[in-house]
Formats: sequence, C-alpha cells, structure tokens
Amino acid sequence: MNYIAVGIGGMAGSVLRYLIGLYTIELWHGGFPYGTFIVNVTGALILGFLTGWQYGKKLPSYIVSGLGTGFIGSFTTFSALSLETVQLIDTSPLTALLYVVLSSVIGLFMAFFGLLLGKNSSRKDTV
Amino acid sequence: MKLIWLIAIGGCIGATARFCLANKVKPINDFPLSTLLVNVIGSFLLGFFSGAVLNSTIALLVGTGILGSFTTFSTLKVEIVSLLDQKKWRTAFFYMAVSYIGGIVLAFGGYALGAFFSS
Repeated sequence: MNYIAVGIGGMAGSVLRYLIGLYTIELWHGGFPYGTFIVNVTGALILGFLTGWQYGKKLPSYIVSGLGTGFIGSFTTFSALSLETVQLIDTSPLTALLYVVLSSVIGLFMAFFGLLLGKNSSRKDTV
Repeated sequence: MKLIWLIAIGGCIGATARFCLANKVKPINDFPLSTLLVNVIGSFLLGFFSGAVLNSTIALLVGTGILGSFTTFSTLKVEIVSLLDQKKWRTAFFYMAVSYIGGIVLAFGGYALGAFFSS
C-alpha cells in the first residue's frame, strides 16, 4: 500500500514540477533557473509543514509516505539543481553561485518556517 | 498530452525507487545516507544523460521524470533542519556540504562522460 501511494504521489509531483517549469519559462526568459528554484523552495516549505503537522498524530503510513515521500519528494528535485549549476558555471559563474546559495539558504529557511507553522497548527487542532 | 504521461510514468518509477532505497539504507549516526545517495547518484546520471544528448522523448522520461523524482530537495532541507534542531551542527554542515559539492561535481563528471561516449 505504501509503495502504491508513493508511486501515485510521484506521478502527480513530477507532472506538477514539469508544468510549473513550462510556465516559468514562458513568464521569465532568463538566465536564472526560476522553475526549479520555485518548486524547490515551495516544496521545502510544504514538506516542513507536513512534517511538523503530522508529528505526534497517528496518521496511516500510506498517507504520510504518499504525500511526503511521493508527492513533495518528487515535486522537488536535486539533480536538476546540480546540472543547472554546472551549465551556469560555463556561462555565468556569478549566477551559478547565486543560484546555489539562494536555493540552499532560502530552502533551509522555508523548511524551518514550514516546520514551525505545522507544529503550531497541529497544536491548535488538538486543543 | 502524451508528454505528460511520460513524465508521470517516470515520476512513479523515480519516487518508488527512492522510497525503496530509503527503506533499505538506514541513517548512520543520524546521518541521512539514503537521501545523500539518491541525490548524488541522480545528479551523476542526469549529467550523463544530458551530456549524451538524447532525443527529447527519452530526456523527458529519464531526465524530468525518473531522475527528477528520484532525487529530492525538500527531504534534504527538512533533514538539515531536523539535525540543526537536535544541535548536531557538524553532521548538518557535513551533510549539506557533501550534498551540494558531491551533486555538482558528479553532475559535471557525468556530463563529461556522457559527452565523451556520444562523440
């Protein structure tokens, strides 16, 4: 059951990532990989929230792994970040550095913020 | 529409493979080894396949679908935050550094290898 949930979540997450990538290319034609950046930082926020929110709750494991590991895990991506950085080093090393630092710092902040937000709303649910 | 299905199938394979590995490879002293492995291996393979310049159908299935979903950014971030929360500063810093440096270096190596094989 867990494997099926992860598979379905993975389908939805990767398709959504692809669509957001397409729309961001239409919106901003530029040297910065906005698509990957946007999915990664929003995904970090959502996974942080889910992790904080489900803490201490007894949710069925297929929901936790389907949403967290499957959907959000596939919505965000690390391989594209690595490859885009390599390609940017070739054309604009400064943009490459900015991309890695911004992804890293903002991603971390978003995960932290999501976790806090999730824990808080979880507490409100139980009270 | 056909393209969407390619990515969906790839995403299903990638996510399931990542989940399998996470169930097999357990953290060592709280170090999230399985996420590190998927991220650096996936970066290498994505580099390889884009260096080898495949046709766009395979690029979407393998690159965006399978490898895009096999690797993950959100789990990496939540794991770092959780390590920081437990005051495991050195593990958190080491994990972050190895993920980024390893991912970028391996993507570059994969790209060079893919370009070499296709030429």
